[in-house]
Amino acid sequence: MSKRIIIDPVTRIEGHAKISVFLDDAGNVSDAEFHVVEFRGFEKFCEGRSFSEMPGITPRICGICPVSHLLASAKAGDAIMAVNIPPAADKLRRLMNLGQIVQSHALSFFHLSAPDFLLGWDAPAETRNVFGLIASNEGLARAGIRLRQFGQEIIEVLGGKKIHPAWAVPGGVRSALSAEGAAKIRAWLPEAHQTTQVALGLFKKVLETHERETQLYGNFPSLFMGLVAPDGTWEHHGGRLRFTDSSGSTIADQIEPRDYKTVIGESSEDGSYLKSPYYLPLGREDGIYRVGPLARLNVCSRMGVPKADEELRNFRSFGHGSVTSSFLYHYARLIEILASLEYIERALADPDLSSQDLRADAGINSLRGVGASEAPRGTLFHDYTVDRDGKLLKVNLIVATGQNNLAMNRTVAQIARHFLKGTEVTEPMLNRIEHGIRCYDPCLSCSTHAAGKMALHLQLVGPDGSVVKDVVRD
Amino acid sequence: MSFLDMDEFLIELAGKIEIVYSPIVDRKEYPEGVDLCLIEGAVCNEDNLEILHRIRKRTRVLVSFGDCAVTGNVPAIRNQLGAGNTTEVLQCAYIENAQDHKVLPRHEGIVPALLSRVVPVHEAVAVEYHLPGCPPPADRIRAVLEQVLSGTAPKLSGPQLKFG
Ligand code: SF4
Repeated sequence: MSKRIIIDPVTRIEGHAKISVFLDDAGNVSDAEFHVVEFRGFEKFCEGRSFSEMPGITPRICGICPVSHLLASAKAGDAIMAVNIPPAADKLRRLMNLGQIVQSHALSFFHLSAPDFLLGWDAPAETRNVFGLIASNEGLARAGIRLRQFGQEIIEVLGGKKIHPAWAVPGGVRSALSAEGAAKIRAWLPEAHQTTQVALGLFKKVLETHERETQLYGNFPSLFMGLVAPDGTWEHHGGRLRFTDSSGSTIADQIEPRDYKTVIGESSEDGSYLKSPYYLPLGREDGIYRVGPLARLNVCSRMGVPKADEELRNFRSFGHGSVTSSFLYHYARLIEILASLEYIERALADPDLSSQDLRADAGINSLRGVGASEAPRGTLFHDYTVDRDGKLLKVNLIVATGQNNLAMNRTVAQIARHFLKGTEVTEPMLNRIEHGIRCYDPCLSCSTHAAGKMALHLQLVGPDGSVVKDVVRD
Repeated sequence: MSFLDMDEFLIELAGKIEIVYSPIVDRKEYPEGVDLCLIEGAVCNEDNLEILHRIRKRTRVLVSFGDCAVTGNVPAIRNQLGAGNTTEVLQCAYIENAQDHKVLPRHEGIVPALLSRVVPVHEAVAVEYHLPGCPPPADRIRAVLEQVLSGTAPKLSGPQLKFG
């Protein structure tokens, strides 16, 4: 009889989730599924509200990258008013997004994932977390906490608040960068650089001893998608969509985000509140693509800043064409922190950031507006249809994590297949499976348009569908 | 996440308390005999309700943490759609906004059913304290924790009581 193992809740991710692992008669892993169990219904309950309220409402989908929703929403608003926002406003929005990439990636690396590969997969569950990291290496933990803080401070300096600043609005932003704010960021940059270099050094050592993980944690061919600049340079807020395949060839390029429906289809799932987007021309089975740091580094031609470009060259030596192991999301994340720091430094030298021309105003000039931005976890789309008064008739949100849903399922199955043998399930094995999910740093609140809590459940399911073993760890 | 905005105070905190159940630690089962629990988020589905009751039984002091927990906040906007709200929101997300495999998630024992009304935490179980804010800023969380650690009943006043 076959079995199902359930991990519930999946921890050290943002959001509530469970994992099921299916076993065949011989006790081998046949498949695995990742279930997201939270749903809030944002797309529906926003109907009837004004599009201008959306930058205030949608960030409440998520406390971890609210800035992404804020920016994508404001951008969709720009499109509805059919305005070009002042250059200063665009640069300020970009600066805030860079701050967010730093804080969110630092959180993923230091607070959530590093305990696994620094303390060990089989370190006691009670200490395998950021507090365990504090106990074993306070200096590193403190540096990581401060790196995240640095990113959060940028958001606060601009928006007045670390989480949910009411700052970007359709047409621009509310306020410029103050001289004190700029000075504070500038003074902190050298420390941020130093921590990033330490983390890069550490992770490269990890890679030397973790060849198995690199081979097995989500290592398979897939497509990759991200925004790129017109010349193919790495983009995070602007640009157009590019898809590449695992050989590294570009299969679709410079797609306007508002035309996303020509390349992205969405499919629902019975066992999860998380939908699965796929590359439409290839269909749901073959159209599996990944987004986020790994994808962005695969699709771009260059980072556009010297230190990160040097790292990118080293990163690419891990692939033939594209880098296909999801364990390397961690490395990609650190390279993006580095690039962000370099871009932040560049931005601070731009006199435009203190401009007072920050906002374009206009009425409703287009009945549909799409805003896209690279959230730390991948491309985010806000698509609004409004009436003549700007009231929302239809809302569609495609968030980063959903786009990795198919890849996360495959990753979990791959790890389970290699590390689970028979029904004897140990805690470190389960932790490895969960780590497969952590590589993607999923934000499940976002992905199901939920708000609030986070929390995995592993079930062993037999060929007849019965649950043989429910593993809830203590 | 706002909890993590206490930044280096976390290191100090690590020496004084033991965090037994949280999204950032790995224990899967809420233990018995917990002193204090910060509950974030509105109560939206059957799983939320179940764990909430378990937490209430096993915890001495519950703090309703953040505007969603205190008032229902943004998730509770769904209630305005009236009696059919759960069907409407699911229909919209999984049928109308899907191109392939248009099904409603309903796998029993896996995806929890939505409650017909989103409610704040205190409507489901009794709570000792409320900590407003969307999210509560780090200094406000720290103030409450410091009062609790020093053995006094937490009290917030003035601007510390602001929503939003
Ligand atoms: S930050 Fe705001 S929207 Fe998010 S859970 Fe807290 S109160 Fe709710």
